[in-house]
Amino acid sequence: MAEADLNNAKRMTIICTKGTLDWAYPPFILGTTAAAMDVEVTMFFTFYGLGLLEKDLDLKVSPLGNPAMEMPMMGMHMGMPNLVGMLPGVTGGATAMMKNMIKKKGVASIEELREAAVLSDVRMIACQMTLDLFEKKKEDMIDGIEIGGAATWMESALKSDINLYM
Amino acid sequence: MADETLDAKGLNCPLPILKAKKALKELDSGQTLEILATDPGSVKDFEAFCRTTGNKMVETEEGDGLYRFVIERVA
Repeated sequence: MAEADLNNAKRMTIICTKGTLDWAYPPFILGTTAAAMDVEVTMFFTFYGLGLLEKDLDLKVSPLGNPAMEMPMMGMHMGMPNLVGMLPGVTGGATAMMKNMIKKKGVASIEELREAAVLSDVRMIACQMTLDLFEKKKEDMIDGIEIGGAATWMESALKSDINLYM
Repeated sequence: MADETLDAKGLNCPLPILKAKKALKELDSGQTLEILATDPGSVKDFEAFCRTTGNKMVETEEGDGLYRFVIERVA
């Protein structure tokens, strides 16, 4: 018989699969907020989500293929045609614009939220397979993370009240 | 008069909650934290935070785009 788990705290897991600036927000906002509400949080970073654990973050957002991405400009909201979105420099420009808005509106940076996650003991697991696949090393990642695989997440997920895939 | 005050004006979700949690941790049970915020979403969020964590909302006040909460640390 396995060792009994007598901890009855509420638990949540989030699988983080995306590494763009916009998609980095939902998992870190929910993860840190849940931790602040005394939930034990496990975040599993796989595929492009793995980049969110790298020491130096340089996250970007692209309007290409994203007709929903409209920016407030000149008193209205403007989207960008894909033909323009593919031009060199547009991703950098859109990213700068988004970061500027984030700052202006008092929205946390991803670095800030990740730091809050570390400080509130959110368990962060980097996917071993993704490390191999993209040839990344544990040294490239922030301190305090674990490395694991699907079974590691599964064990947490089975004991959790909420499991999210983002 | 609250024991501590947290100025969360100008901050957006989820920063007021994260900073309030951190400030509450520094308090003893029974002490109170006053939070000043400008995020309209913080009204519902702080109520939910208190219901979930067992901390007690002692006062709420709003006016002129400013929200004031006083939370007592329970556990």
